[in-house]
Amino acid sequence: MSTPAISDLSPPLLAPGTTRARSTAAAWLALRRDLKLAFRKPAQLVQPLAFFALVTLIFPLAISPELSQLRQVAPGALWAGALLASLLALEFLFRDDAQDGTLEQYVLSGQSLTALIFAKTCAHWLLTGVPLALVTPAAALALGATLDSVPGVLAAVVLGTVTLSLLGAIGAALTLNLKRSSALLSLLTLPLALPVLIFGARAVQQAIAGGSYLAPLEFLAALAVLSVTLAPLAAAAAVRISLE
Amino acid sequence: MTFTWFHRLGSPPYVYGLAQRLAPWCAGSALLLLLAGLWGGLVLAPPDYQQGDGFRIIYVHAPSAWLSLMVYTTMALAAAVGLIWRIKVAHAAAAACAPIGASFTAAALVTGALWGRPMWGTYWQWDPRLTSELILFFLYLGYMGLRASIEDTQRADRASAVLAVVGVVNVPVIHYSVTWWNSLHQAPSVMRLAKPTMATSMLVPLLIMLLAFTLFFVAMLLVRLQAEILRRERASTWIREALKR
Repeated sequence: MSTPAISDLSPPLLAPGTTRARSTAAAWLALRRDLKLAFRKPAQLVQPLAFFALVTLIFPLAISPELSQLRQVAPGALWAGALLASLLALEFLFRDDAQDGTLEQYVLSGQSLTALIFAKTCAHWLLTGVPLALVTPAAALALGATLDSVPGVLAAVVLGTVTLSLLGAIGAALTLNLKRSSALLSLLTLPLALPVLIFGARAVQQAIAGGSYLAPLEFLAALAVLSVTLAPLAAAAAVRISLE
Repeated sequence: MTFTWFHRLGSPPYVYGLAQRLAPWCAGSALLLLLAGLWGGLVLAPPDYQQGDGFRIIYVHAPSAWLSLMVYTTMALAAAVGLIWRIKVAHAAAAACAPIGASFTAAALVTGALWGRPMWGTYWQWDPRLTSELILFFLYLGYMGLRASIEDTQRADRASAVLAVVGVVNVPVIHYSVTWWNSLHQAPSVMRLAKPTMATSMLVPLLIMLLAFTLFFVAMLLVRLQAEILRRERASTWIREALKR
């Protein structure tokens, strides 16, 4: 199976235009490359979703099949599942590219590494965060939420997973090339991800209760903006250090 | 030329000598202040009219909690200096900070729990300050875990420095989101020792203890920094001369 060649990145290097235009073009190519590669191995995409569904299944089995009781724990159950599923997916973020040297080529390409890492993280979010967000309302319904709650739950998970992917990218970049890194990755990422959990669970709780979930959503959006601005810089620095 | 003192702080032999000379002074003054503060806090200060003698744990608890945050900030500052100007001694200082900070955080948590038992009737409350302190403890653990799992010292330095800087940006975000979370969950209102309303006879020993703990931290940092420099520079020749002295 031929992977899209890394030389795909070189045309923008030679193409005319400003440095910024070239970096943007390279980032687009990196994003498309990651998506293309991922769709060739659909099984890997389904794994985090299956994991999420299983975590959701645990709660009715462990607590009670009563929907009224499940409705109370639903926000926590959904966010615990989403958090764990995105942690699980993080291991795929840089691993293959680090193993076959693609990541090294990104560092050496002369393009903005921040833009390339941001593109990779975007691809990762499109491949894990968005499907997770699409599945969550179904899980919420299964835990006793009403149909009215779907927009709120969907919006909360979409916004929350943006921050989770970006924060996770820092952790994944720091633990790149380390042996037995998965426990360490969770230890590094989870404390930083707690604000997402707090506001996400609050939004879902309000959505299920039928109240206004705008305030926690705005906080989630603020966190997403903050992490879109700052996290790629830190993740790129971490990739550079890990590949030294 | 006025900044030569700053440049010399980048040289391991100079900092080693400086730490060696300063550490006893810091430790000595910390000990004196500690004795004074304890005497003032445990003997001179009157019992609280509501909490009796139970409030006296604040003389250990509050300085530990204050230092748990201050050490993290110091660590992140040292890490940032090391990352930006590539100063090895700054990385060594950051590495020396982490276990001290984690210990102060653990001390603050344990003394808080011991105080909570008679005052709140429970060892643990999901109080925002307790919860953020617990998260801070995990941040320290993550930092030390990352440092321990990278073999190469220079890479460990720089990777953990990135983590410390990311962490220090996140600490306020975490703290305020935890506060917000708790205020919406209608926690039972807890008794608080509001500082401005404290009697002077209680407040002065507390301030002395704060100073004593801070000096104690500096002394510990200087000792650990020496050990860290020794370990890192074990191959260099100045070490032999420094140890002969």
